[in-house]
Amino acid sequence: MKINDEFKEIIWQGLWKNNPGLVQLLGLCPLLAVTSTITNALGLGLATLLVLVCSNTTVSAVRQWVPKEVRIPIFVLIIAAFVSCVQLLMNAFAHGLYQSLGIFLPLIVTNCAIIGRAEAYASKNPIKQASFDGLMMGIGFSLVLLTLGTIREVLGQGTLFDGAHLLLGDWALVLRIEVFQFDSQFLLAILPPGAFIVMGFLIAAKNAIDDKLTQQQPKTEQQNIERVRVNFDAQ
Amino acid sequence: MAFWIASSPHNHIQSETSALMRLVIYATLPGIFAQWYFFGWGNIIHIALASCTVLFAEFSVLSLRHKKISSELFDGSAILTAVLLGISIPALAPWWISVFGALFAIVIVKQLYGGLGHNPFNPAMAAYVMLLISFPVQMTLWQPPLNLMSFDLNFQNTLSTIFTGYTIDGFSTEQLRVHVDGFTMATPLDTLKTDLTLGLTTSESFKSPIFGQHFGIGWEWVNIGFLLGGIFLIIKKAIDWVTPVSFLISLFFCSLLAFFISPDSSASTMFHWFSGATMLGAFFILTDPVSGATSTKGRIIFAALAGLLVYLIRKFGGYPDAIAFAVLLCNMSAPLIDQYTRPRAYGHQSEKK
Repeated sequence: MKINDEFKEIIWQGLWKNNPGLVQLLGLCPLLAVTSTITNALGLGLATLLVLVCSNTTVSAVRQWVPKEVRIPIFVLIIAAFVSCVQLLMNAFAHGLYQSLGIFLPLIVTNCAIIGRAEAYASKNPIKQASFDGLMMGIGFSLVLLTLGTIREVLGQGTLFDGAHLLLGDWALVLRIEVFQFDSQFLLAILPPGAFIVMGFLIAAKNAIDDKLTQQQPKTEQQNIERVRVNFDAQ
Repeated sequence: MAFWIASSPHNHIQSETSALMRLVIYATLPGIFAQWYFFGWGNIIHIALASCTVLFAEFSVLSLRHKKISSELFDGSAILTAVLLGISIPALAPWWISVFGALFAIVIVKQLYGGLGHNPFNPAMAAYVMLLISFPVQMTLWQPPLNLMSFDLNFQNTLSTIFTGYTIDGFSTEQLRVHVDGFTMATPLDTLKTDLTLGLTTSESFKSPIFGQHFGIGWEWVNIGFLLGGIFLIIKKAIDWVTPVSFLISLFFCSLLAFFISPDSSASTMFHWFSGATMLGAFFILTDPVSGATSTKGRIIFAALAGLLVYLIRKFGGYPDAIAFAVLLCNMSAPLIDQYTRPRAYGHQSEKK
């Protein structure tokens, strides 16, 4: 079952080991800027996921015909086309969210996570693997966005899913949870510096978990080669 | 008998971190006394709160990091951070402001970067900036000096205001801030800034009772208190005189230049020296040996840059006082300043022409 193993590896790489948000630290600009609420994070995460899957598939499909010298502009064009589609869709069906994401929606074009995957993986692998890789990387990125959004929204406003109806429709108004009541908002968590600090803690937590995992693994005994030091001058 | 031969240096200074920190804490006393005299017990309560929090935070982090607790906990640097933070917070701010600020200063700004000697930013000032941008309402609860207040603010009332938001008689913080004339008062710097945006000239603004006869009732004496403490530190050789002098001269020249250009819209040089946190910043914050520049030339540039930034932010920025922001910006540039002001090695021969 070679193919299965390959896909398992793609899942593991995208969600944890090579996570674009936590490990590659790509696409930090939207990651830090718009994750002030879960709704924003979810909206941007879904948009990025969609663009990533489509661009990986397309790049992989045309990889035989793209000359090496001009590959980057072509990738950017492909990504830009999909971003425009997503932007138009969001403008039509989730206008409130479209306004609150602002400039960061078109800026997905320059998201290094997407062009990085196109360059590093999709342009060298068949369509099936490339689209699956896009899906996993996108989910990994969205999960980091969601975690950041959750922490920052709870710290900053004491709520969860505030404004979810902008993305999901009017039924989502019931999703809003008031975790605790503040007299005043904790602005640092909502502003970008708070995102940097929370992001630092997330990366630290990921590294701590990795350390724990390696410690738990059975150690392979290394054979010690003992040498007798012969040194007549020493006393 | 044989003589014990040691290599140089033969003359050691037997001062430890804790002794130096204790000296700096003593030197803040005149300023704190002036604050107590003009603004009541608030700052002393905040200093006490911040000190307790700081010791607790330092103890927890040190035990998590498996460090030697007894020596590092009582080296005085954490207490000094708490004292500086407590001095800078508005006297009537709620209790959780100083607790939260102290936690942030120790856990995130100091210990996460590796503890004393490794923090790139001044912990007290970083915590102050964090509080100021996170809780702008609570961090601008400046009260008028005691003799301009319409209420009697004794120790019990201050304590009750800090912990509950109301005095024992039930007056709220907002009511306490009301002036004898019925106006809510800010700091002299804030008043001047607001008046200038309203189109008044500096001399018209100075008729406001908050300025008193000189540069602000109470504020001038608080600054003189810190100036005295700073001179004491310089005499004791705890701090280098270069930093404060360079800072004050830079601020002096910036405000003098602006005063020559447009006297109606800029305050006098001495107003900039003796209001806000100028003296505290000059002698106690900028002289922080960890986050500042190291060489003498570097310190001159570092402090002059701080003076320029303080003036620019006070004059053109959105916040009335600027010491904390200027210090953080200078902390960021300190490694670069150090890079370009490395002193020549001793005995280096200059190239002959």
